[in-house]
Amino acid sequence: MPMRLVVDLNKCQGYAQCAFLAPDVFTMHGEETLVYSPWADEEQREKVARAVAACPVQAITADGLDGAGDRSTGAAQGASDAR
Amino acid sequence: MPAEEFHEWLRREGRIVVVGASLAGLRAAETLRAEGFAGSLTMIGDEPYQPYDRPPLSKAVLLGKASPDHTELPRRRDIDATWRLGVAATGLDLAAKRVRLADGDEVPYDRLLIATGVRARPWPKEEEAQLDGVFVLRTRDDAVRLHRRLKAAPRRVFVIGAGFTGSEIASACRDQGIAVSVAERADGPLVGALGGVIGAVAAELHRDNGVDLRTGVMVTGLEGDSVGRVRAAHLSDGSVVETDVVVVSLGATRNTDWLTGSGLGAGPRGIACDAGCRAFDFRGIVTDDVFVAGDVARSPHPLFGYQFLSLEHWGNAVAQAEVAAHNMISPSSDRRPHMWVPAFWSSQFGVNIKSIGVPSMGDEIMITQGSLAERRFVGVYGYQGRIIAAVSFDNTRWLEFYERQIEMGAPFPVEYPTVDRRPEGRKPVPADFPDPSLPTHGPTVTLSGYSPSDRRLVFTPARH
Ligand SMILES: Cc1cc2nc3c(=O)[nH]c(=O)nc-3n(C[C@H](O)[C@H](O)[C@H](O)COP(=O)(O)OP(=O)(O)OC[C@H]3O[C@@H](n4cnc5c(N)ncnc54)[C@H](O)[C@@H]3O)c2cc1C
Ligand code: SF4
Repeated sequence: MPMRLVVDLNKCQGYAQCAFLAPDVFTMHGEETLVYSPWADEEQREKVARAVAACPVQAITADGLDGAGDRSTGAAQGASDAR
Repeated sequence: MPAEEFHEWLRREGRIVVVGASLAGLRAAETLRAEGFAGSLTMIGDEPYQPYDRPPLSKAVLLGKASPDHTELPRRRDIDATWRLGVAATGLDLAAKRVRLADGDEVPYDRLLIATGVRARPWPKEEEAQLDGVFVLRTRDDAVRLHRRLKAAPRRVFVIGAGFTGSEIASACRDQGIAVSVAERADGPLVGALGGVIGAVAAELHRDNGVDLRTGVMVTGLEGDSVGRVRAAHLSDGSVVETDVVVVSLGATRNTDWLTGSGLGAGPRGIACDAGCRAFDFRGIVTDDVFVAGDVARSPHPLFGYQFLSLEHWGNAVAQAEVAAHNMISPSSDRRPHMWVPAFWSSQFGVNIKSIGVPSMGDEIMITQGSLAERRFVGVYGYQGRIIAAVSFDNTRWLEFYERQIEMGAPFPVEYPTVDRRPEGRKPVPADFPDPSLPTHGPTVTLSGYSPSDRRLVFTPARH
């Protein structure tokens, strides 16, 4: 199942670490605007995980990846949760 | 039952119902579980989809970086909920503590969270709004329709209203090489939210990117052809623009109609609640079992003179949901106020626009970093001698500093030497907001009176 992700763009400082680590998911548009795909293929998981970990302000939340705080059970239940 | 025992029981086996299964509803549900709520949780949403994110709908989706039907929100944790999706709540019985659903069901609750958000204000002339090629953009379904039409290479897109969403749509169209006209009643884009000084910069941004921007005009009518497709827009200055797509971006209306007659303090401006997210009833008396969060809420903020703020801000929906959820299952001594400093972002024409605080309260603005001409700057808004807000264009790293300044009530005009010493930075100028008594479609922050008792004690059903 593809991963869902969201970036808290209030937090994001546009330093582009994520765009460097997972360029198929995160891209910079202009000087400091981040544009990202909220739905990433499973084969991107490794790269997205690296981006989540590298983001200096913990702005990225993705299913099953520990971005900020207590995100322990995300992906596993993501599907069973649906209805 | 004593309060403490009651809350223990509530946490263990209470019934919590959330109406509105979007950003605020989901984040509240996750917070409830994270804080140990073990009772039953029911999520009611009228859209037939799992909670999804809206900001990408006018950005990544229209730029071709994301699919309109795949912006579902990731989960912070399992919420073990009963989902009632695709069915609207149609009524609330406060005394019996039950939510009525469109399919006739009734769902009882011990605690209710209302997070029904807002909907796009449609083009007011119904027949014209029905024309093929006329769109709004609020939901996933809206995005699918608009996206499909934009991919079919329209000759021109006509955007009504240059607030954030309208400007983002125009920007995405230009990015895809589509001809765009934008009509705005104010003197520039974003004027309602950021004032005329910034609006002038936004206007240049539109024009330099090839947008046919028409300000100070109103759209008087949309014209259809013989088979009911839109073919032109008529403007108050007498001009006519031929177009095959019209996007109506005239702001939003609170989803409170379903509460008509319920006795809650709910109307077209939202649902009034206290700083702890508890809803007021229409008499101005706070309830203790109905909570509100997100775009549909109006709540008093101590940093802004206790004015009731209605914020259509992603970050507010998240922060308020977390506070509401915490307070729903906590005795009053453990409750927290929602004191989030309003923050907003938008990206358009490759520029990252962010604001912090409540710009529309400011009467003066001062450019403290960078320059308007370079479109890379920070503007600070002042109100009654203190800093009330800041806006940045491609200068996001400064905002955290100004957030602290706002929280501290730092003096305005700012006294510290600015990093850039350019002439425009030296003195404050009027921020140039439109007369607040005139409706605009731009503002994402609305100040609506000092206390719920300002409102007359008459129930006014939503009608616009
Ligand atoms: C195109 C677009 C771009 C945006 N861009 C930005 C941005 O760049 N930055 C930013 O800060 N914010 C942005 N926002 C705003 C942000 O998306 C909102 O602040 C956020 O969605 C609010 O979440 P919410 O859960 O309070 O309300 P909503 O997301 O509006 O959700 C409310 C839900 O309740 C449902 N509902 C309504 N009535 C009923 C009923 N009677 N019964 C059951 N369900 C009901 C609705 O259908 C909806 O699903 C944007 C919004 C849009 C539409
Ligand atoms: S790494 Fe984090 S802060 Fe940097 S651009 Fe990506 S999301 Fe934004």
